[in-house]
Amino acid sequence: MSVAGNRRDGFGLGLRVRRIVAGTGWGTLVSVGLATVIAAPIAAVFSQALTGSSGGLWAHLASTVLPDYVVNTLALLVLVALMTLVTGVACAWAVTMHEFRGRSVLQWALLLPLAMPAYVLAYTYTDFFQFTGPLQTALRAAFGWRKADYWFPEIHSLGGAAFVLSAVLYPYVYVLARSAFLEQSACVLEVSRTLGATPFGTFWRVALPLARPALAAGVGYALMETLADFGAVKYFGIDTFTVGIYRTWFALASPVAAAQLASLLLLFVVLVVALERVSRGRMRFHQTTNKYRALPTVRLGPARTALAWLVCGAPVFFGFVLPAAILLRLIWLGGDEAWDTAIAKPALNSFMLAASGAVVVVAVGLAVIHGVRSERSRLAAVAARVATLGYATPGTVIAVGILICIGAVGAWFDLPTGALLGATVFGILYGYLIRFFQVAYGPLESGFAKVSPNIEGAARSLGSGPVQVLFLVQVPLLRASILSAALLVFVDIMKELPATMILRPFNFDTLAVEAFRMASTERLDAAALPALIIVLVGLLPVILLSRSLNSSRPGHRQ
Amino acid sequence: MLRSKIGALALLAGIGVCAGAQAQEVNIYNSRHYNTDKAIYEAFTAKTGIKVNVIEGNHDELIQRLKAEGASSPADLFITVDAGRLALAAREGLLAPAKSEFLDKVVPPNLRGADGTWYGLSMRARVIVYAKDRVKPEDIKDYEDLAKPVWKGRVLTRSGTHPYNLALTASMVAANGEAKTEEWAKGLVANFARAPKGGDTDQIKAVAAGEGDVALSNSYYLGKLLTSSKPDEQEVAKKVGAIFPNQGNRGTHVNLSGAGVVKTAPHRADAVKLLEFMASPEAQRAFADSNMEFPVNPAVQPHPALAALGAFKQDPLNAASYLDHNDQALRIMDRAGWK
Repeated sequence: MSVAGNRRDGFGLGLRVRRIVAGTGWGTLVSVGLATVIAAPIAAVFSQALTGSSGGLWAHLASTVLPDYVVNTLALLVLVALMTLVTGVACAWAVTMHEFRGRSVLQWALLLPLAMPAYVLAYTYTDFFQFTGPLQTALRAAFGWRKADYWFPEIHSLGGAAFVLSAVLYPYVYVLARSAFLEQSACVLEVSRTLGATPFGTFWRVALPLARPALAAGVGYALMETLADFGAVKYFGIDTFTVGIYRTWFALASPVAAAQLASLLLLFVVLVVALERVSRGRMRFHQTTNKYRALPTVRLGPARTALAWLVCGAPVFFGFVLPAAILLRLIWLGGDEAWDTAIAKPALNSFMLAASGAVVVVAVGLAVIHGVRSERSRLAAVAARVATLGYATPGTVIAVGILICIGAVGAWFDLPTGALLGATVFGILYGYLIRFFQVAYGPLESGFAKVSPNIEGAARSLGSGPVQVLFLVQVPLLRASILSAALLVFVDIMKELPATMILRPFNFDTLAVEAFRMASTERLDAAALPALIIVLVGLLPVILLSRSLNSSRPGHRQ
Repeated sequence: MLRSKIGALALLAGIGVCAGAQAQEVNIYNSRHYNTDKAIYEAFTAKTGIKVNVIEGNHDELIQRLKAEGASSPADLFITVDAGRLALAAREGLLAPAKSEFLDKVVPPNLRGADGTWYGLSMRARVIVYAKDRVKPEDIKDYEDLAKPVWKGRVLTRSGTHPYNLALTASMVAANGEAKTEEWAKGLVANFARAPKGGDTDQIKAVAAGEGDVALSNSYYLGKLLTSSKPDEQEVAKKVGAIFPNQGNRGTHVNLSGAGVVKTAPHRADAVKLLEFMASPEAQRAFADSNMEFPVNPAVQPHPALAALGAFKQDPLNAASYLDHNDQALRIMDRAGWK
């Protein structure tokens, strides 16, 4: 229908109106409708920011804690961006463009920290590195030191928080940088070398700039997670914007001022994303050839192999091996008390939630992108962009937004919505949809970008309807992207805590909730077991993800 | 017309939960996370046949959830670990008087809401823990002493915004006024051995390890260390002592864990039964023995390990005042930099 609309003649205003109308087919309606459902709870929170009064609170906040929130948040963002970018790119380049012993192990081991929740890292690192922890205690015992006799880096610091967040977030940059490097044209690299560039020059001036959209997306993920993180920064005592929102909302009991803070935060996100797009200007990053040749990999000697192991091994060690070892130690030392926690039922609940959540989020993502794409609707594209903002929004803000929305709908239709929340997982799944829509939408969007519109056009001209095209043509072509999207959402849901905590039905514990419960009553030993199982269950999808990534370039050696 | 039709349809299509409302059960919104509480609920179910359903969460979030669910909320009982939050839920109109003679008899008046909207069930005293080898117990008497210059670089606390410290500061505002309390908070911050971090147990362990010499802690964390079966924790317990502050004047600050019946409770009568059970000697014994809390019911003695610290005089301030001074306390902390 839209094809027919565009073909008609007409000029000026008439054409423009017709274009907008022509773009508003069923697909657009579905996209806009779903995006509205996703954005509604966040909008509900913001409407409080505009309508309410926060009393004299702003003056107090501005003169005391607000400058700290801003400075800490910005510093954290800059540090996490730098650390994840350098780590992710270096590791991706090392394992993609080089041939060395153990490369195939590192290749997937680098993804392991994805399964590690940031708050678990915060707890374990604190336990291990603090003054009363085993490391400093052993040092004091060995050298007879007292507090004033030595200096030890304070893990509860801005640097410590940035380190912990980067240790679990760099895989986002790594994954996307690696796919970008795997997709790059061998010819472009060879041309660069024949024109006299050194291997590093080729990396720095050709491969890296070509990968810019992927790197920006990867760092973007890491930064959005950083902004939304509450558990780790709160535990480290770093007053970021998100901690401030939470405190203003609950401790100062001012939802209005909290909503205003949250609005500022999202405005900042929109600005940064827009700036990145604008700064790209008219640059385009398409590969001009479809010819796949094996990438020119370099075989490394023993010294450089050792260096590659150091570069790629350090992130795996700090993001996975060390925290997992600390958890095992806690369980070992905890004895019987470590097992004083329910595991089977929470594990089952976590798994079911993550699986059904992944299906819901990916299905909605597909429906939205299908509408955006099949009708080239600007309106749908903007709506989808707005819906992705949930990723930078703290889980608690989303959860309270959902409560406000459900409460309002319940009052309007005179429905027992409280019972709906108390008896079903509807609220939690809705929360995941908002929080992780971007996680599914990103891979789907880039997957769709690679499918030529001509293929859809051909299918349509052969008589298929838009839904048929989606299921018979696009879904099979996009299998890899859909799988990655589903796996990423799965792992994220396994780790999610704040929204799950507040939206769950009666007698419904998950592993993350169980770990938090134990940790909050200061029983780290009993928290270790559920935390470790979150990681173990999360490993399976991570390994699957790594396999699908490896097979993404035809003919590239695994 | 249309609205109610849509409503009825959605109800039929979506959820068949209404049938559950008639069953013998109590739904708890709970911000106590102790594993040992499960045993209390099980004992109640065994005794009465009433099933106990629980959602645990942060008290502030649970209050938000109660508000959003409105009249259709399934919650019967709201349980929390901070008296200020209980009073807040009552002030927001979320709780209704339990109207129980038994509760009014066994729970002392300063440990419950005047109108019966909430009742304290267990107490925790905010004690000062000290390193036995570096501090003499007579060196420190009151909370106010922690701000004296002699303690520079020696004081350990958890975050100032934690409800336990907020309630303590609020009680000091009630006793000494806002200006004096701010001065105190500034002196306290100047005496920190390190930036606030960790929980109360971490403060006690840090005192034992020598990171600081005195720390604020809730009594039950100390009690748990005193009775721990782990060698490293027994070692910690040996190195520290504890005093009940302000015995010469207003008494030691206590905070409460307590509960109130939700105004819209679908199972009101059963909720009151559970509340009464939790104040009964049987459950009070469990609070005292398994979680090392002080029972509110005067008929029940505290755990011997805590009783060994000696009897103490409580600050008789009604816990509802913690809420009244909560905002002042928070702003004082912001200005003093007690993070």
